[in-house]
Amino acid sequence: MCLRFPKRSQAVIFSIWLFVGLAHSRDLRVCADPDNLPFSNTKQQGFENRIAEVVARDLHAHLIYQWQRMGRGFVREYLDTSKCDLLIEVPSAFRPLLTTSPYYRSAFVFVTRRDHRLQVASLDDPALRHLKIGVEVLQEDYTPPGTALARRGLQNQIVGFDRTGEKGDSIIRAVANRRVDAAIVWGPLAGYFAQKFGNSLQLNLLSPELDPPGLPFTFSISMGVRKGNTALRDELEAVLRRRGSEIRGVLHRYGVPQLELAQTSGGEN
Amino acid sequence: MRHSAYRDVWSSKTQHNPRAKEFVAFSIVSVLFLALPLSSHSQTNARGMLLPQTESNYQIRPYEGKLDPDDGQWLRPAKDYASTRYSSLDQINAGNVQNLKLAFTFSTGLTKGHEAAPLVVNNTMYIVTPWPNKLYALDLTKPGAPMKWVYLPMPTPAAQGVACCDVVNRGASYFDGKIYYNTLDNQTVCVDANSGKELWRTRVGDINKGESMTMAPLVAKGRVLVGVSGGEFGIRGWLKALDAKSGKLAWTAYTAGPDKDVLIGPRFKPFYAQDRGQDLGVKSWPPDAWKIGGGGVWGWISYDPDLNLIYYGTANPGPWDADARPGDNKFTAGIFARDADTGEAIWYYQFSPHDLYDYDAVNETILLDLPIKGQSRKVLIRPERNGYVYLMDRTTGEVLSADPFAPITTTRGVDLKTGLLQYVEEKKPTRGKALREICPAAPGAKDWQPSAFSPKTGLLYIPHQHLCMDEETVSVNYIAGTPYVGANVVMYDAPGGYGGEFTAWDPVNGKVVWSIPDHFPVWSGAVATAGNVVFYGTMDGWFKAVDAITGKQLWQFKTGSGIIGQPISYKGPDDKQYIAVLSGVGGWAGAIVAGGLDPRDKGAALGFVGATQDLPKFTNQGGMLYVFTLP
Repeated sequence: MCLRFPKRSQAVIFSIWLFVGLAHSRDLRVCADPDNLPFSNTKQQGFENRIAEVVARDLHAHLIYQWQRMGRGFVREYLDTSKCDLLIEVPSAFRPLLTTSPYYRSAFVFVTRRDHRLQVASLDDPALRHLKIGVEVLQEDYTPPGTALARRGLQNQIVGFDRTGEKGDSIIRAVANRRVDAAIVWGPLAGYFAQKFGNSLQLNLLSPELDPPGLPFTFSISMGVRKGNTALRDELEAVLRRRGSEIRGVLHRYGVPQLELAQTSGGEN
Repeated sequence: MRHSAYRDVWSSKTQHNPRAKEFVAFSIVSVLFLALPLSSHSQTNARGMLLPQTESNYQIRPYEGKLDPDDGQWLRPAKDYASTRYSSLDQINAGNVQNLKLAFTFSTGLTKGHEAAPLVVNNTMYIVTPWPNKLYALDLTKPGAPMKWVYLPMPTPAAQGVACCDVVNRGASYFDGKIYYNTLDNQTVCVDANSGKELWRTRVGDINKGESMTMAPLVAKGRVLVGVSGGEFGIRGWLKALDAKSGKLAWTAYTAGPDKDVLIGPRFKPFYAQDRGQDLGVKSWPPDAWKIGGGGVWGWISYDPDLNLIYYGTANPGPWDADARPGDNKFTAGIFARDADTGEAIWYYQFSPHDLYDYDAVNETILLDLPIKGQSRKVLIRPERNGYVYLMDRTTGEVLSADPFAPITTTRGVDLKTGLLQYVEEKKPTRGKALREICPAAPGAKDWQPSAFSPKTGLLYIPHQHLCMDEETVSVNYIAGTPYVGANVVMYDAPGGYGGEFTAWDPVNGKVVWSIPDHFPVWSGAVATAGNVVFYGTMDGWFKAVDAITGKQLWQFKTGSGIIGQPISYKGPDDKQYIAVLSGVGGWAGAIVAGGLDPRDKGAALGFVGATQDLPKFTNQGGMLYVFTLP
């Protein structure tokens, strides 16, 4: 991870941290989806819950959740109005929020059954013309692979999956149950639910990494705070430096496929 | 107020435009457009933009058809089954309206967008609020109209996250001693109008599927008709009929899917060839895409008791990325006529086949009998989001005319032979390509805000937008743990430099009689009265009375917050005429105030902030009922 902060700001961060630590009465308000594994749920079983605990512990803060499904208008409703201070995960280039340096990077993956021996990874694989391909639906849009398939004239191969709440694993189950031949799924979700099917599912990184003219399948992930809240952002940077390997350990346990963080990452995508 | 100003505005603009030469090519194209057998009442400016025509010498032609008798009450948002929003009360007229005074007020205590129409029945006024969808009953027989009771349905807070465009509610309906309305979390409730006691509640949708409810139900033939919102959330749209007594589901008519789900059977006879065929709700989509194809039913329903048909429109198809859903995407963005008892589809017409611009077709349907080419015909009028006012034969679904009432660049008219909307190729959005001057913008030339018809003038009074948009390059977005890339939409005022208009429309000739520009989109409803006064409100909080014949402003009152509610007119227990409206800015257009958005972020609220950036300077949030009468 790149350390880009001059010493002086580190000192400032440290003093804020020290002050807060001494005060003992600090709340860390985290917005999280009430029912969206593997990310979070109210039973606090998701990896965002684990990471929030790491952050709160490090900051000696009392962790408070604002449970809220993330839909359109979410940032203005919850972060801008200070109902919560922190989102554990957002794309590093997410403009509505102030983001930290990325702490992990993942990608959309092809999920297939091992016994099917498809070995597809490329969107340009001619085999796709004969496959039923599951794609997640995010409220108003398909995920980027859906757009990429449509652009290749493969829209008739797409099977859309609504993906909220307890149905989160439906797209992975559909591969395992042969309802679809393959699925293209955001890595953290695919990795987590594929674990439940033992070794029977194959995950291949989607290629190309970026579909011209500007459709990325790989995203760096940061923590996000309200614009202007540089104090908290800087504190979180320090937490990420101190606890980076612990957090990556959490992601690993949840089966999240992690790519190497590019040295220059932070504002790309 | 403005008479045939479009052409003037444009000729002066293009003269000074340094890029004027580029437009020569467009004007040649536009000459070709005029040669097509399209509806005739439009003109095209130098940039190929379709503009409405103004009727310079309008002769008042009172309506000769029949309207429901008016008892001075207001039982449903649209007033009558024909959806005229016309009050036959005439105490308030052009001569005395300037004396109009505040009679009483009532605060809802809520800060979200207030889009509902109050109801008045048996000397009680009923108000439904935005989430948490409280129902207030006010006693009109007592001074100051004190509260009789409040009913709290307690919807789940999680529903707020799935409402796309503020947590609004468009009102309730009264029938047989009961008040019916929908909660944001998909419950239809039935409340005793006297006591405020809940008689039944039925859960009709699931927020986990992205469904929510904002529309006002219509009660017809003992059935409560309710529809779903959430086209932005991958839902599969439907209209449901519940038994008014028990709340039991009678039938469900899906917007897309196999014929049996859409309630299409042997009686289904669409007028145009493209709407006929088996299982078009499946075949006009990629496999399975209809299951998440949107097509909500969140607007208005009208009812013709003689034909025993209900009429309603369907919302835009999903996903927004149109490349991912090749085909006409039936039966989204169109209008259904259905049997009021069984729900069977009788005919359907698609306003925007394979919609590219979020042009939902959920607007109000006004049912009238008008003289068309010397012959009285049973028609319906639809001021559509795509920019045209459609005049249709409501027995068959034939389009009789479709004339622009706002600037249009995305299409060049409706072919009246085939019924097909003529898309403009170079305005079709493609992922990754920046597009300029898409008019109307995504909320359309007109959104849900209902118009009013006056039988005295024969005119339709249309509150609407005057907006265009640019689709910018893609930006990184994020929902439910998953990053993706979306289009960045920025809206701005259409040529002329104003964001909204209040237009008097001649439905027979398809022309503008007069129109009043407003700085912001006119997002309120309208009410026409027999005193030849029409009322509407603006987003910066002016409640206005204008002359129904000339459009001259006669009176205005500044309310505490912007107005996006629907005004009504009723007779009080003292036999006086009252005008009531909810103020309380919000909704999609007012999200910048209701949601406290950052005006520097023009792409917020799906791009609407670009067009309403300065709204916070003019108004603040807060729901309040205002009721006016003559001293």
